[in-house]
This record gives sequence, C-alpha cells and structure tokens, in this order.
Amino acid sequence: MEPIIEFKDFSFQYKSQTEPTLHDINLRIMHGEKILIAGPSGSGKSTLAHCINALIPCSYPGKTGGSLNVAGLNPEKEGVFGMSKKVGTVLQDTNGQFIGLTVAEDLAFALENDNVPQEEMKKKVMEAAEVVDMTRFLRRSPEALSGGQKQRVSMGGVLVDDVDILLFDEPLANLDPATGKKTIELIDQITKNKDITVLIIEHRLEDVLYKDVDRIIVVNDGTIIADEKPDDLLCGNVLGEQGIREPLYLSAIRHTGQTVAPNDRPQHVESMNLEPYSDGVRKWFKAAPPKAEKSLGDPVLELRHVNFSYVPGQPVLQDISFSVRKGEMLSIVGKNGAGKSTCASLICGFNEADSGEILLNGRDITPLSVKERGEKIGFVMQSPNQMISKPMIRDEVGLGLAVRGVPEEEIRERVDETLKICGLYPFRNWPVSALSFGQKKRVTIASILVMKPEIMILDEPTAGQDFRHYTEIMEFLKELNEKHGLTILMITHDMHLMLEYTDRAIVLSEGHLLTDETPARVLTDECTAEKACLKKTSLYDLALRCGISDADEFVDRFIAWEREERR
Amino acid sequence: MSRMISYQEKDTWIHRLSGVTKLIFLMLWCITSALTYDTMVLVIMILIGASIYAVSRTEWKQVSTVFKTILFFMVLNLVFIFIFAPYEGCGIYGSRTEMIRLFGDIYLTKEQLFYELNVMIKYFTVIPAVFIFLVTTDPSEFAASLNLVGVPYSFAYSVAIALRYIPDVQDDFIRIRNAQEARGIEMSGKASLKDRLIRTSSIIFPLLFSTMERIDVVSNAMELRGFGKKKKRSWYAQRKLMRNDWIVIISAVVFSIAALIYTFYDGNRFYNPF
Repeated sequence: MEPIIEFKDFSFQYKSQTEPTLHDINLRIMHGEKILIAGPSGSGKSTLAHCINALIPCSYPGKTGGSLNVAGLNPEKEGVFGMSKKVGTVLQDTNGQFIGLTVAEDLAFALENDNVPQEEMKKKVMEAAEVVDMTRFLRRSPEALSGGQKQRVSMGGVLVDDVDILLFDEPLANLDPATGKKTIELIDQITKNKDITVLIIEHRLEDVLYKDVDRIIVVNDGTIIADEKPDDLLCGNVLGEQGIREPLYLSAIRHTGQTVAPNDRPQHVESMNLEPYSDGVRKWFKAAPPKAEKSLGDPVLELRHVNFSYVPGQPVLQDISFSVRKGEMLSIVGKNGAGKSTCASLICGFNEADSGEILLNGRDITPLSVKERGEKIGFVMQSPNQMISKPMIRDEVGLGLAVRGVPEEEIRERVDETLKICGLYPFRNWPVSALSFGQKKRVTIASILVMKPEIMILDEPTAGQDFRHYTEIMEFLKELNEKHGLTILMITHDMHLMLEYTDRAIVLSEGHLLTDETPARVLTDECTAEKACLKKTSLYDLALRCGISDADEFVDRFIAWEREERR
Repeated sequence: MSRMISYQEKDTWIHRLSGVTKLIFLMLWCITSALTYDTMVLVIMILIGASIYAVSRTEWKQVSTVFKTILFFMVLNLVFIFIFAPYEGCGIYGSRTEMIRLFGDIYLTKEQLFYELNVMIKYFTVIPAVFIFLVTTDPSEFAASLNLVGVPYSFAYSVAIALRYIPDVQDDFIRIRNAQEARGIEMSGKASLKDRLIRTSSIIFPLLFSTMERIDVVSNAMELRGFGKKKKRSWYAQRKLMRNDWIVIISAVVFSIAALIYTFYDGNRFYNPF
C-alpha cells in the first residue's frame, strides 16, 4: 500500500533563520491512520504540520530539501489552495478561525470560495452540521457559542470539502477539560465513520490518549525522535527525556519503583492490566509521608454574598462568598463562561458588584477606584502581548511607578530589586522584543510586582505552554508565594496546575460557587467534576483500581512527592 | 457594550426582501432626494419613509444614539449655511421678504427660512431609509448584494469580516484598558491632555499587537479554506429575488422617475411659493 503522507530526507529552513527548523525527516503515514504528533514548544511539530497544508513555504517562506508527498501531490507546487482540497486544517484559535457571521455561513465558507451553487451548498452544510452535531445552532452568531462549539464548527467547515487528511493543530489548547474530552471523542468518531487520515498535534498526551491512536510521533529539535505504538512509547523513557508529560497514573506507577510492560496495555487507565502493579502502589502509599500542612495568615481578601449581572435579570454571579488568607495560593476553576473572569473583574474593580461586599484586610474596597485597587491587587493578563507597551524592559517594569509620580531614584531601586527577584536582572537593559515568551510573561509579572501588591491575580498563567515552560512559570510563582509571602489567585482550567500548585480551589458553575475545597478532593469527586466541566484525575482511577479507598489522600501524597522530585 | 446600529433579526416583509432590492431602493432614494428640492416630493418621501420605518418594526432605541448625533450635525449645518450664505434662499427664489433685522445689515428672510426648511426635510427623507437598510439587512447578505451589483467580492467580503471581528477587537480593547488602568494608567479626564495622549499609547500598542496576531490567524484560516482561489464566489446568505422584490424595485424606479419629472418639469428643481 502507498502511504498517504511521505517525507523523505525532508528539511526546512525559515528564510529568517540560519539553522534549519526541520532536518532528516523520514516519515510514512498510511491511509486511515490516526497519529499523534507530540513535542515541546519550538520542537518543530507545528512546522511539520504547516509543510503538509502548504502554509510552508507559501505563507511562511523558506527553503525545503528532500521530498514530501501528500495524497499524491507536492504541497510546495500545489500551494495552500491546491492542498485545501486534500488536507483540512483545524487551528488552535477557536475564535479567530471562525470567519462567518453565523454557524451556517462558516460551514459554507470553503464551498462559497469554490463557487458551489447555493442549492448544493445548503445540502452540504446540513450534512456537515450533522456530523459535528451543530444542526440546532445553524443561525447562531459566534458570540453566542462556546469554545467547544466553535471548534465543532471549524471541524465541520473542513469536512464539507471531503478531505482525505484532517490536521488538528493543538486542538485542546483553549478548551476546558470536559470539552477537550468531547473533542477527542468527536475526532475518534469522525475517524471511524469516515475514510479519513487524522493527524493530531498536541503536547497534552494524556488527554489525547483518552481514545486510541495508532502511533505517536515524538518530535524535538527539528527531527523525529520516536515513532512508536502508544503502548510501547509509554513504557520507554522518551517522553520524560523530551520534556513531554506522560500520563499521571504512569508517573505514579513508575515512582513506586516499577517498570511498566507494553503488554499490560498502559494506553488507558480504565483498561490497563494493573494486577502486577497494585501491590507496589499500595505499599508506596502507606510509606509516603502525608502532605505537609501549610500555616496560613489572616484573611486578606473576602467576598461576601456578591451578586453581579451585565444585563438585569441575567445574573452572571450569584451569592458568591469566599475568603483568601494571607500567603495562600489558590485557583478559581470552572468551565468557560462560568463566571471566573467576571469574578476577577469585580475584585479589581473593572465592574461594580450589584450587591454584596468585597473586603481587603477587613475594609470594604467598593469606594476605591481601579487605580487605587491596583496598588493592592495586581492583575496579570493571559498574554504578555496584551500588557506590554514599552520597548525597554526597565521602562515597562517601572511604568506603574512612573505614572504614580514616584521619584526616579526610587523607581530605579525598586525596578532593580524586582528584576532580581524575577531573574530578569541580567536582561535589564534589553528590549522586550528580544525575550522569549516565558521571559515576557515574567516581565508582566514583574511590572505588577514592582508595586508591591498584597494579592496577585493571574488569568490563565500557563495557557498554551508546554510542560517545561509550564513548570518554569509555575515554579517561579510558587517561589514568589513561599519566599516573598505573596498571595496568589489564579484563574485556570488546567487541572494539573490546580492540583500541583494550589492549596485550594474555588469551583464556579453557572455563576454559583459549587465548592471550596482542596484540589485533590475536587478532582476525585465525580459529581463536582462533572458539574464544573472538569475531568477527574487519572490518579483517582489508579487509586481506586489498586484498592486504595482514600483516593484524595493518595493524590495529595503523590503530587507532593512528584513536585519534590522535579525540583 | 451596546452595538449601536446593527442588524436585528425580525420577521417583516421588509426583512424578507433581498439585500439587493434594499440596496437598489436605497440608492434610488438617495439620488432622488439629492436631486430634488421640490417640497411636495420631499414631503411625500418623508411620509413614505415614516411608514416604512413603522412597518419594519424598528425600535427607537436601536437608532436613537445615531439619530441624535445626526441631528446635532444637521443643526450645525443649518446654522453654518445661514452664517456663510444668509441670502442663498433669496437668490434661489428670486425675491426677498425680510422678516426681522438680526444684526448689522443681516436680515432673516422668509426665502432663507424656506430654503433651510427644505434642506432639513432632505435630511429627514434619507435618514430613515439608511436606518431601515442597516437594521433590516443581514450583513452577509449585504456583502453578497454588493458583490451582485458589481463590487469585487474581496472588497464586499471585507465588509462582512469587519462586522465579524469588530466586537472581538472591542472586547480586547476593554480588557487591555482595564488591566492598564489597574497599573495606574488612568484614562479619565483628571490627567492633562499631553499625559492622556502618552497614556493612550499604553493601550494602543498592546491592542495593535494582539490585533496583528488575530489578523495572522484569520488570514491563514481564510486561505486554508480557499478564499481568493477563484474569480467568482457564491454566497450562502444570498437571497433570490421574489415577487415582492420586483414590486419594490419597479415601484422605486417608477417613483424616482415620476418625482424627478415632476421636479424638473418647470425647469427648476425648487418649488417656489413666493
């Protein structure tokens, strides 16, 4: 059988770069296969995908070497338009790629461009909507859709073309865990029902492996490191070495000193043969030290019966009460649209609560302006590009002080001190544009930290980051929390983050406070997890299947132990 | 954030008309209104406009903000006409009936008042037509209509795409402004103008960068799905011309011709009561 995609000694070098981004790529993908391409940021995995849909070299110019054959065509010659008939690409940004003003129009977009007559177009749009289960929403505008629904529309939008290959570029990056799970289910269903080859580029391995894939290809430093069946790959050491996070239940088994064998089918925790390992896991649990209790100070921030609505009669937050104690690190979780960001907006004063009180150190902060609150409660946005406005690092970090009329001498001192804390001192005279994404993130954190706030609120601090960057950013925040006593509040839908780095999780669902518990409890309670669109952790399944009834204690002990290891 | 004057889905026969019909009607209507100064014709047009406005079930709050803004500029315009050409009306109607002396040797004349009244009525004939067009025409259908009347599709589509992403950019703007305000960069009137200009840059640059990122994604997404591949393009939202469409188009043409013949019959586009 002829492969549908074949790379032979393929290489690619971006025009602006001196080194090739991809080199020595040899890869054969057969018709009907479902492949996961994994690798850390900057490994070249997205570059690889862009070669298949011809964005490289058509939109991102550069030099290719060797040969590439996709569905009998040469992408470089066919161009983006030529390949779009064969390869359907679903991008990471669910909102940005939604082009139409309604669902139906977005589904029809490719057909419109092909000048398909309207009658035929309507029929095909209906068919595609059925495949992705969006028939009830055809007239909806993108603002009225959730991220998961938008992604379904994107999938439908490429399926109208009867493509041979479906290419997903980090499909899980912007979705909450439960929606991500549904996406993986839908991809699986499409693969089974249609005669189609599927490529998924993603670094969140455990989430993709929720449904079977045929092969996993690990990319790093611009070349293919491994090309194996999932069961084989999961038993080896490749993932750890390449900075890709292996499924948590497998890390746990490994940490008990056992080696996993491929014939125990480790791809899913539910169906894996755990018999050889359960004794060891139980023994480890008994021996492991319980999680250390953290001593906490007085409450700094308190919300009491807070209500809020943008439009009267449509409450966004209802009767929210919780308190944050000094030195705590906690997370606000819940699905998209549950009211997490609104909650932060109220605390920062971007919006006024309709009723209820917000107290800082026991005092009502309602009369304070946004600026005044900003001196005590710092807010860091998701993307550094949304905050940085000065070309030089020093100016950017000192901006908040400069506009407050702090004397120049003092600004210099405080900026230097903050840059040292943030590990940016060596770069103090650099332009911001010369920094990496993670460093830019640090600059934005530094620019808030310099004002010495009591609390820092971060919106999705690790969104779109691979395991290494995630660890880097989170360890930095942990250090600020532990060494400098900064109270940190994070809005997130990353379950790992919540589990590994926060002491407590405030779970919101449909504008109500669902629970206020330790993360391990939240993620081992099926009812809470389901209501809040979270996903229970695989460690929970592992504990139960190994006969450990105190699952949340197991989770706590393992997480504490693992963090110690990683340091 | 309120989106001031935008399409709202309703079920009236005006909403059901094709965008092409409404566009042709609007164009004829504006041309007629621009050419005629005949008070009779203008009054009839106002009456027709008002009744269409009622039939389209347009709510006052959909258009009130824009209407008030236009009203302000209209008054300004009328005042300036008087200041710069206080006897324009006398020239047009060929007589001079002074009413009161205002200052110096400037007199308020009946002719000038009547002329400015006509100018005002002209505004009122066009305003409801434009409003109704905007609130009853689906933007995608509007793009399709533009394309059908000969505008290149890449241009026509840019109208739709702007409408699609303007709310997103607005949201970005609000989020960035909030975060910068929390850092102490105030946009309120307290700061001096120079300070405010400098501070505006702390919003503009981040907004620019995040918008550039968005443009990159959108243009890739469009290209990946074949936008610009062919010379011609079909439109999902396009509506076929039905019986009502033809009735409206033909009536509009007949009305315009009749109105213009009536206006120019006596060789002058002004109605002269003096």
